Amino acid sequence: MPSAVVDKFFRTNKLPQIWCPGCGHGIITRAITVAVEKLGFDRDKICVVSGIGCSSRATGYLDFDTLHTTHGRALPFATGVKLANPDMKVIVITGDGDCTAIGGNHLIHACRRNIGITTIVFNNNIYGMTGGQYSPTTPKFDKGTTAPYGNIDKAFDISNLAASAGATYVGRSTAYHTNLLISLIENGLKNDGFSLIEAISSCPTYYGRKNKKGDAVNMLEWQKDHAVNISAASKMTPESLEGKFLIGEFNNSPEPEYTSEYQKIIDRFNKE
Amino acid sequence: MKRKARLMQGNEACVEGAIAAGMRFFAGYPITPSTEIAELSSEKLPCVGGKFIQMEDEIASMAAIIGASLTGLKSMTATSGPGFSLKQENLGYAGITEVPCVVVNVQRGGPSTGLPTSPAQGEIMQARWGTHGDHPVIALTPSSVRETFDLTIRAFNLSEKYRIPVILLMDEVIGHMRERVELPDTSELEIIDRKRPASNKEDYKAYKADEDLIPPMANFGEGYRYHVTGLVHDETGFPSNSSVVADKLVRRLADKIEMHKDDIIQWEEQNTEDADIVIVSIGGVSRAADTAMKMLRSKGLKVGTFRPITVWPFPEKRLEELAEKVNTFVVAEMNLGQMVLEVERIIKNKAKIERVNKVNGEAIYPEEIVTKIEEVL
Repeated sequence: MPSAVVDKFFRTNKLPQIWCPGCGHGIITRAITVAVEKLGFDRDKICVVSGIGCSSRATGYLDFDTLHTTHGRALPFATGVKLANPDMKVIVITGDGDCTAIGGNHLIHACRRNIGITTIVFNNNIYGMTGGQYSPTTPKFDKGTTAPYGNIDKAFDISNLAASAGATYVGRSTAYHTNLLISLIENGLKNDGFSLIEAISSCPTYYGRKNKKGDAVNMLEWQKDHAVNISAASKMTPESLEGKFLIGEFNNSPEPEYTSEYQKIIDRFNKE
Repeated sequence: MKRKARLMQGNEACVEGAIAAGMRFFAGYPITPSTEIAELSSEKLPCVGGKFIQMEDEIASMAAIIGASLTGLKSMTATSGPGFSLKQENLGYAGITEVPCVVVNVQRGGPSTGLPTSPAQGEIMQARWGTHGDHPVIALTPSSVRETFDLTIRAFNLSEKYRIPVILLMDEVIGHMRERVELPDTSELEIIDRKRPASNKEDYKAYKADEDLIPPMANFGEGYRYHVTGLVHDETGFPSNSSVVADKLVRRLADKIEMHKDDIIQWEEQNTEDADIVIVSIGGVSRAADTAMKMLRSKGLKVGTFRPITVWPFPEKRLEELAEKVNTFVVAEMNLGQMVLEVERIIKNKAKIERVNKVNGEAIYPEEIVTKIEEVL
């Protein structure tokens, strides 16, 4: 479905999008629409919420009810939408800085509540919109415009963070591994509770250039060469996993969803 | 009709008023002295099919009520001082995106953590200018338990009518005070709902205002599929860098309230017909002002009171008129002088202005106002 989903689910009069040539975000945004198409959801009941940053501009291009909010706050806005109208499918689009720095507290609490929101984190390891500052997922010793001598912070592992905080469905894929990405988003959307899909993106303009990672193609090849599926990894030695990162399903353990639990409280009064 | 009288706290009257106004969503975070509003909302909302959520902080609560309001539910949050600072970010968002909601601030002693259980009125200016950028504000200040009920309903009505976040600026005196109140029957209440789009879904422009400068509002989930952003946007709701679009939007937002000022602004005055001296106050202080006026009248002094019920926009026109015949205005407030700045701006040199200020965590006593007036006479 190369252009069919674009025609169907994008606000094509708003294209071309603002992302730099070679950015992974377009691939990931399209993957979301493919997953929605496969599941056959009523598009009028889908709300896509985003925060601030490169990734968060995606909402402007998607033809659903879309809410482009304040920096880091997409999840609490989405929580309001979902609790107020549980019939809606709520998708959050966010980035590594938006979701785990300024919005980090909102992330862990949304995971803990297990509210029916599917969050797609476009992780490009950098603050792109502001020109290349290091983010909570910039690898240690890598450079950013605010880490000219190398970043000394330890990076967050977003997928494991979300699973530890209580997200009932968690997966990670890359802009390169689009089929896996689509199926993880699909599973995330099928989960009643809180799902988080970490989509490794690529920023050749800032992260790539600062860290001599080559062009857009080189960066996608890096994803291909360094990603190991979590099921294959269990059979590999620690030495062979050195320098690699895991993709696949990190957690799939459904639990009662928040808004349906709240409905049970309301129902107690309906009966009386 | 015989009504049942109840002994009720200001914070409780706020929740009663909110539910009567149609509130069906509340998000909050515990903070003294507003916590009872969250507690009572959590208890009462499920009984009417409404939703309550305790969020991880005040920023998130403010975000959640905006999200909920976009789906069509009347929404509210409540906080105090430090929490009100955290609300500012998304108050600005609700302003530019024109999402109706009500934000209650039960003022306590500041700055910072200050005096959590003591009254103050230190956020009069923060209510006006707390969030960044040019924006209009509506803020209402009740001075009794019954008025808290009425003004909470009015806060929802104005918010729905003008598509703007409305601040209910209470203080600890009013929030925690208990009074005997008789609440009206719901059939007696005027309840206003947001204006709905008349155009078909395909032609809907989310931010195209009518002649009254207010755009009709569709709910998320109804198939309008529109975009909402805190960026400067055109009539369609999509971001724009055009200077023309930016100018038009920011001016319309301001004009939207300016145009309807007469509908929004309310005040109360007593004994101003013959008054040489007028005490200006809001909220809890107005009760001391009333007593001070009576004490001074009994001594033969011609004293009146002026109480802005809508503190923003300020009742400018009426104060200007009063300044034509009043010699002295005494502005009493639980801060070091905030509302007095507005009074000075309006009155200029037409009358003398005196201040009674208190920031020690105690309410202003009638005697303190009396002493001040006797001093300056």
